[in-house]
Amino acid sequence: MTQENDIILQVEGLKAYYQMNYFGVNREVRAVDDITMTMRKNEVYGIAGESSSGKTSFIKVLAAAIRPPLRVVEGTVKYNFKNGPIDVTTASPEQIETVRWKHLSYIMQGSMSVLNPVRRIGRTFQDFAQRPLGLTGKAFEDRVVKHLARLNLPADVLKAYPHELSGGMRQRVTIGLATVCHPEFIIADEPTTALDVVVQKEVLSLIRDIQKEMGASVVFVTHDMSVHANVADRVGIIYAGRLVEEGPTRQMFFTPKHPYTAHLVASLPRIGDTQQRPALEGRPPNLADPPQGCRFHPRCPLAVDKCRKEVPPMIEVAPGQRSACWRWEDVKPLVNIAAPAGAMA
Amino acid sequence: MTTLLDVQNVSKRFTMGGIFGRKTIDAVMDASFSLSSENPEIFTIIGESGSGKTTLARMILGLEDPTEGDILFRGEQVDRHAGRAERLKFMSHVQPVFQNPFEAFNPLKQIERYLESTARRFLDTSDKAAIDKAMDDSLQKVGLSLKEVRGRFPHEMSGGQLQRCAIARALIPNPPLLIADEPVSMVDASLRMSIVNLLKSLRDDLKVSVIYITHDLATAYYISNRIIIMQRGRIVEMGDARTVLENPEHAYSRLLKASVLSTDDAGAGKLGTDPTMLDQANNSVGRAGELVARPDGRHVRVYA
Repeated sequence: MTQENDIILQVEGLKAYYQMNYFGVNREVRAVDDITMTMRKNEVYGIAGESSSGKTSFIKVLAAAIRPPLRVVEGTVKYNFKNGPIDVTTASPEQIETVRWKHLSYIMQGSMSVLNPVRRIGRTFQDFAQRPLGLTGKAFEDRVVKHLARLNLPADVLKAYPHELSGGMRQRVTIGLATVCHPEFIIADEPTTALDVVVQKEVLSLIRDIQKEMGASVVFVTHDMSVHANVADRVGIIYAGRLVEEGPTRQMFFTPKHPYTAHLVASLPRIGDTQQRPALEGRPPNLADPPQGCRFHPRCPLAVDKCRKEVPPMIEVAPGQRSACWRWEDVKPLVNIAAPAGAMA
Repeated sequence: MTTLLDVQNVSKRFTMGGIFGRKTIDAVMDASFSLSSENPEIFTIIGESGSGKTTLARMILGLEDPTEGDILFRGEQVDRHAGRAERLKFMSHVQPVFQNPFEAFNPLKQIERYLESTARRFLDTSDKAAIDKAMDDSLQKVGLSLKEVRGRFPHEMSGGQLQRCAIARALIPNPPLLIADEPVSMVDASLRMSIVNLLKSLRDDLKVSVIYITHDLATAYYISNRIIIMQRGRIVEMGDARTVLENPEHAYSRLLKASVLSTDDAGAGKLGTDPTMLDQANNSVGRAGELVARPDGRHVRVYA
C-alpha cells in the first residue's frame, strides 16, 4: 500500500466561522481557524480541548453537518473512502448521503438526549440503519441482534425504551447505532463524559475493540487527558479554534512542546500524589474577539512580546510532533509524571 | 468535642414502577457517620451512579426523608416538614453546590440576582450596601469580585467561573457545612483543579466542612481527610482517605481504583479490566455482611 492510499482524512487550512447578521450587525465567530491535519487508516486520533475551544464546530465540519450560521470559509476536508474520495466542504447533499453512516459515522455526546425517549430502541435502529444497510424485516433484525451481541447487549434492549436502560447500556446502544453499518471513519464526541469510572473503562475498551475489529479510523474527542492517554494513538490539542499541538500520545504526555499541553497533562491528579497541582488562571478567549498573536498568550506563563503580536506557525518539533509555539524549546513538563513505585498498582 | 452532623443508621427506600412491575429500590442502607465541628474536614463519598451517594446527600440537606434512621445536625433532627423559620435556620448552616453550574443557574437571570436573593434572605436585611458587601465578600473568597460578576449572565462565564459563583452563593450565610455533589465533573479539565483547590482552601482557611461527592478517586485522594465508598446503597469501606485509597481492601474499592485511567503508560492502549475483579465486586452486591473495624482505623464490610 502506498503512502497516498494510507491516508483517510486530509484537512487543509480549514476555516469555519459562524457568521450572523442580525439587525444589520455582522458578527463573526471564528470557531475553527486554520486547522491542517491528516489521519491514516486504522488510527485513533484524540482531540482535546475545553468547551468553547471550537472542537465541536470542527467535528461538525468533519461530520459533514455544516449548517448555517456555521460556514466553511476556506480550506478542504477530503476523505478517501472505499467508494471514492469526497470533499465534504463542497459535496452536494446527495453525495454526502451516500457516505453517511456507511462510511462516515458519529457517536454522539449525551446518550440520554440522543435517543428518542418515546421510541423503543429497535425502532430507533430501524429509523437509523435500515436505509443505509438496505435490509428489511428479519434479515435486518438478525444483523442488528448480531451486532448488539458483540457489544455485550442482550437482544431484549431492542424492545426497551431509553429510560429503562442504565447510562452505560445507553452509551453502548449509541455506539451500536454508529457502528452497525461498519463505517470506515467514526467520530466519537465525548462518548464517556457522563459515565462513572468503571463503566467508562468498559465503554472505552469496547470502542477500542470495535475499532480494531473493523479496521476503522476514529476521531476521539474529549477534554479528559487521561482518556486520551489510554485510547488515542495520536493526540491533537485545540485551543481557541486553532490546533496548537499534535503528536504521538506518548510524546505528548512525556515531552509536550506547547505550554497548554504541558498544563493539561500536569493538571491531572493521581492517586498517591499529594503535591499542589497548578491550576491555569483565566478562561478561554471569546472567539468572537480572539486575542492578537498567539491566542494562548494571556494565560501563558512563557509569553513574551513576540507572542502578543505574531501568530506562531505549526512546525515540526520532534518526529511526528508539531507545535505552534514561539518558545517550544523552553517548554518543560510541569510535573514529573513518572509514577512513584507501586502507587498505581 | 461536639458533633456537627450525625448520620445514624439511615436507610432510604424508593418505590417505583419498571418493566418488570412495581418494585422497591433500597437507595441507601444503614449508613452511619459523623462529622465533628472542631476540625473541619473534607469528607468524601465515592461510588458509581446508582450507589446512593446523591440520595444520601439529599437526605442530609433535608430534601428527602429517610425511611429509617436519624440525621442530626448539631443535635437537632433534620426535618423538611419543620416550620419555615426552622428550615431557613437550617439552610443558613448547610448549603449545597450542584453538579452542573449551567443547569443550576437560570440562563435568563443575571448571576448576581441569585447571590442577592440569598443574601437578602439570610442577612434578613434590605439594605443595598450590606447586601453588596456580603456578595462581594463571598465572591472574594472564591477568587472573584462583585465587579467582575455584576450584570453578567451565565453564558458569559466559563464553567469554572460559574461553579465558583455557585460556591460563593453557598458561602453567603457563612455555613459550617457545604455539600458539594460532583462539583467538578461538568467543569473542563483545565479549570477543574482550580475548583478542587478552592474546596481545599475553604477547609484550611475558612474552616468550612465539605461533604464532597464524586466518582473521581484521584481528586478524592488529593483533597479528602476521610472517605466512604458506597456500592448499591451500602457503605463497603470507610476510613482515612490516604489509607483506604492507597491500599483498598474491599473488592469493589479495588475495582474502582483499578478503573482509574492511568497516564503512566500513555499511548500503550491498555484498557482491559480484570474479569475476576469485576466478579468479586459484583459478588458482594445485595449481601448484607457487616462493617468491621481494622487496626489501621478503617472499616470494611466483610461477608460471612
